[in-house]
Amino acid sequence: MLRVRSRQRLSDWQTYMSQRAEQARDDGVANFFATPLPAPDTPIKDVPMVALDMETTGLDERRHAIVSLGVVPFTLDRIRVSQRRYWVIKPPRALVESSIAYHHITHSEIAQAPDLDAILDELLESLAGRIVVVHFRHIERPFLNEAVKARRGESVMFPMIDTMSLEARRHRQSMWARFKRWVGHPPVPIRLQPSRERYGLPAYQGHHALIDALATAELLQAQIATHYHRDTPLHDFWC
Amino acid sequence: MDVELLDIRQHMGKFPPFDSLSDDLLDLIATHVEISYFKAGSDIMLFGQPVTDLCYIRSGAVEVYRRKGELYNRLGEGDIFGHFSLLRSHRVSFPAKAIEDTLIYFIPDEVFQTLCAEDDHFADFVELERPRLETAVEQQKKDNDMMITRIRKLLSRYPVMVETTTSVQQAARQVTEAQVSAALVLEEADDDPRRSFIDSEERTWQIRGILTDSDFRTRVVAQGLSPETPVGEVISQRLITIQSDETVYEAMLTMLRNNIHHLPVLYRRRPVGIVHLSDIIRYETQSGLYLVSNIFSQSSAEGLARLASDVRAAFVRMVDEGANSHMVGSALSTIGRGLTRRLLELAEEELGPPPVPYCFMVNGSMARNEQNIVTDQDNALVLSDDFVPEQHDSYFLALAKYVSDGLAACGYTYCKGDVMATNRQWRQPLRIWKMYFNDWMDNPTPERLLHSSIFFDLDSVDGEEIYIEQLQDLIAEKAPQRPLFLAAMARNALNRTPPLGFFRTFVMEKDGKHNNSINLKRRGTAPMVDVIRVHAMAAGSRAQNSFQRLDDIAETQLLMPGAVDKLRYALEFMCMSRIRHQAIDLQEGRMPDNNIEPENVADTERHTLKDAFQVLSNAQKFLKFRYPMPANRRAT
Repeated sequence: MLRVRSRQRLSDWQTYMSQRAEQARDDGVANFFATPLPAPDTPIKDVPMVALDMETTGLDERRHAIVSLGVVPFTLDRIRVSQRRYWVIKPPRALVESSIAYHHITHSEIAQAPDLDAILDELLESLAGRIVVVHFRHIERPFLNEAVKARRGESVMFPMIDTMSLEARRHRQSMWARFKRWVGHPPVPIRLQPSRERYGLPAYQGHHALIDALATAELLQAQIATHYHRDTPLHDFWC
Repeated sequence: MDVELLDIRQHMGKFPPFDSLSDDLLDLIATHVEISYFKAGSDIMLFGQPVTDLCYIRSGAVEVYRRKGELYNRLGEGDIFGHFSLLRSHRVSFPAKAIEDTLIYFIPDEVFQTLCAEDDHFADFVELERPRLETAVEQQKKDNDMMITRIRKLLSRYPVMVETTTSVQQAARQVTEAQVSAALVLEEADDDPRRSFIDSEERTWQIRGILTDSDFRTRVVAQGLSPETPVGEVISQRLITIQSDETVYEAMLTMLRNNIHHLPVLYRRRPVGIVHLSDIIRYETQSGLYLVSNIFSQSSAEGLARLASDVRAAFVRMVDEGANSHMVGSALSTIGRGLTRRLLELAEEELGPPPVPYCFMVNGSMARNEQNIVTDQDNALVLSDDFVPEQHDSYFLALAKYVSDGLAACGYTYCKGDVMATNRQWRQPLRIWKMYFNDWMDNPTPERLLHSSIFFDLDSVDGEEIYIEQLQDLIAEKAPQRPLFLAAMARNALNRTPPLGFFRTFVMEKDGKHNNSINLKRRGTAPMVDVIRVHAMAAGSRAQNSFQRLDDIAETQLLMPGAVDKLRYALEFMCMSRIRHQAIDLQEGRMPDNNIEPENVADTERHTLKDAFQVLSNAQKFLKFRYPMPANRRAT
C-alpha cells in the first residue's frame, strides 16, 4: 500500500519540479527547481543527499520563525562534514524572550545575524540536486516554504526523506506495533535520540541544527543498513 | 573553531594519540572527518582496496584480520586503524570488519600526513604501535627477573624482634615458636634520628643487631654462656641491612659480599622483614622439584599442610614464567603424589607395616598428570589377593583415613562422589578390581558408567605398581573390542556441553540464555578430557595423560587428519585460560576457582576461547557419530 502511494507521489514530484522551474520568477528559486533530482528508481546507494535541520522559535510556521539552519551533504557511504553549512538567522518578528531557550545560540548572536533572505540563495544551492533528509518533515517543510514565500513571493516544496516516518513505519504503523499498542504497550519513542539508540548510535548534544542534521544523516545510514538494501530505489523512501 | 563540531573533537581528544594534539590540529581533524555507519558483520575495509583515510571508531567494535584471515586485533571506541596502510602501500593489508553496529570517523590522508608532520608524538604512535606491543610483552617477562624484582616481594612475614635486655633463652624460644631462624635485636633509641624508628606504640627504637640460629651455637653455647645472658651482650657490632626497594639481585650480592645468610630488610629505618639466602635461591628455583624435596623432609601431616601456600606460590610463579598447561599439570601432580606418598610413609610409621601388600591408586586428574590448583582427591586401594577383610581391613581403613584426612588438610578436598580409599567399595583386592572393570566393559550402560568413568584414568602412587599395570592392560586390551562400552562412554562424554561463546559481560548459552560466569572445568576442560578418553580407549592406548593420549590417537585412523591437533590446541588453550585465571585469583588474594567471568577475559582470549568451545562442540558431535549406540543390542 505504501508502495502504491509513493509511486503516485513520485510522478507528482517530477511534474511539480519541472513546472516550477519554468514558472519561477525568482532566480534563486528557479535555479533550485532547474537542477535535476536523481531519477525515482535510482538505487539509494547512488543518491546524493543532504541532511537538513532547523531550530525555530515555535511550532507554527505562521507565527514562529527559523533561528538557525544546519546542512550536511552525504551519501550512503560518507557524510561530508567538511561541506557542512550552518547559519544563524535573525527572525523577522520580535521574539518573545521568555518563550525561547536556545542551545548554543545567544541572543546577541541572533541580533547580529542576517535575515534569511541574505542566505537563501546559498541554502537553496546546497540543497539543489540532492534529496533532502530530515527528521520529522512537518517542521522543515512548512517553515521553509513559509519563509521563502514571505521573502520571494513563491513557495518552495520538494521531496524529502523523513527518518522519523521511516521509524514510524516500523514502530507505529505495522500490525505488530498496533497490536502492542492495543494490548497496552507504550508506543516506541521515535524522536531523534531514542531512534538513534536503537541502532547503537552515540548520543550527541541535541538541539543544535548542525549536530541534529549530522545525527539525522547517520540515522538514515543506519536505517538503510539495518532494514533496507543498498539497491532499494529512491522512490521507496521519499515523500 | 565551529562550536557545532565540539562533540567530534571532544570525543577524539579523549583518546590517544589525539589526546596530546594541539587544539588547532584537533580542529583540523574535526572539520575534515567523514562519517559512515557500519552494521554489525559488514566489511569496513577489504584486502587490497585503496586506503584513503585513517579510521577512528566513534562507537561500536571492529575486528582487524591478518591476510590469511586470522584475527589480528579487536578494537573499540576511540581506537584507530588503517594507519599501517597509509604509511606504506596505501592498500589495505589488514582487512577490517564491524562486529557491532559501528560509527566510523574517516580522517583523510592529507590530514593524517599533516598530523604526522606536525606532531612527533602522533607520528611515533602510529609508526611504533607494533613494536610497542612487543615491548609490553618483553616488559612483562622482565618483571619476573631478579634484576628487576624488588626484595620486598620475597618477604612473607614481619621479623621477630627482641630487646637487647632479653635473655638468650627467651630469644631462642621466640625464634623457635615463630619457626624462623633469626631475630632482630632492638634497643630503646638515643636521640639520633638517623638510625631510629618509631613503633606502633610510639616508642623510639634502634636496631642493634641480628641474632641468628648459628649465633646461638657459636656465640652462646660454644662460649659456655648462661641462658640468662642478655642478647645485647652476644650480638656482633656489625649490622648489614638493605632497603626494601632494592632488587633481589642486589640483596643476593650483598649477602655474598659480606658472607651472611640473613639480611634485615628496612623500609626507610623501619624493619619489615628478614631475607634468608634460601629465600633467594628458592625464588630462583621455586619449582616442583624444590617443593617435593621439602615435602619429604616434613615429619608430620601438619607440616605437610603448611606447605600448601608454597604449592600455590610455585603455581603462580610457573604461570608467570610462561609454563604451558602440561608443565603446570605435571608439576602439580608430582607435588600431589609426593604429598600422598609422604602421608603413606607417615601412616605406616604410625600404624606399622601393612599386613598384605597393596597399591595406592590415584584416579582422575592426578592419574592423568593434569592436576590443578583447585582439585579434590580421587583415590582407591588395590590390595593383594591375599587380603582377608576380617583380618586386614581395619588396617587399610585406618591407612586410607590417615591419607585422606592429610590430603584434605593440604587443600585436596574430599571427593564428593566418595571415590576415595576410605570407601569400602574402592578398597578391594586386585581380583575384585578386575571384576569391576570387566563388568563395566561387558555390561555397560551410560547410567552405570556415569560414576565409574573416573576409574578409567588410573595410576599408582605407591606400593605394588604391578597391580595397576594389570588393570591398565586389561582396559587397553578389552575396551577396543567393546563397541557398546565405547558407545556408553561416548554418550556420557556429551553430558556437559560448552557454551556458545562470550560477550563483553556475559556467557551466551546455546539456547540463547545469558550467564554471568562460566565454569571452565565443567564446560570446557572436563568434557574435552572425556572426549579424548573415549578415543584413547578405542585406540587401545595405555597413556593416561590427555596429551599423550592424543599422540596415541594420532597413530590411528580414528580421527580425520588434523583433528587431533585441533583438539590439542583447544584443550591447551582452555587449560591455560583456567590456570591463568586461578593465578590471578591467588595473586589478588581470592580463593581460586574454576569460574571465569567474561568481563575479566581479554578480547583476544575471549575470541580464542570461543574457537576452543567450537572445537569441543564439533568433537562431541563427531563422538556421537563415531561411537553410535546400537539400540538393538541393548537388551542382550
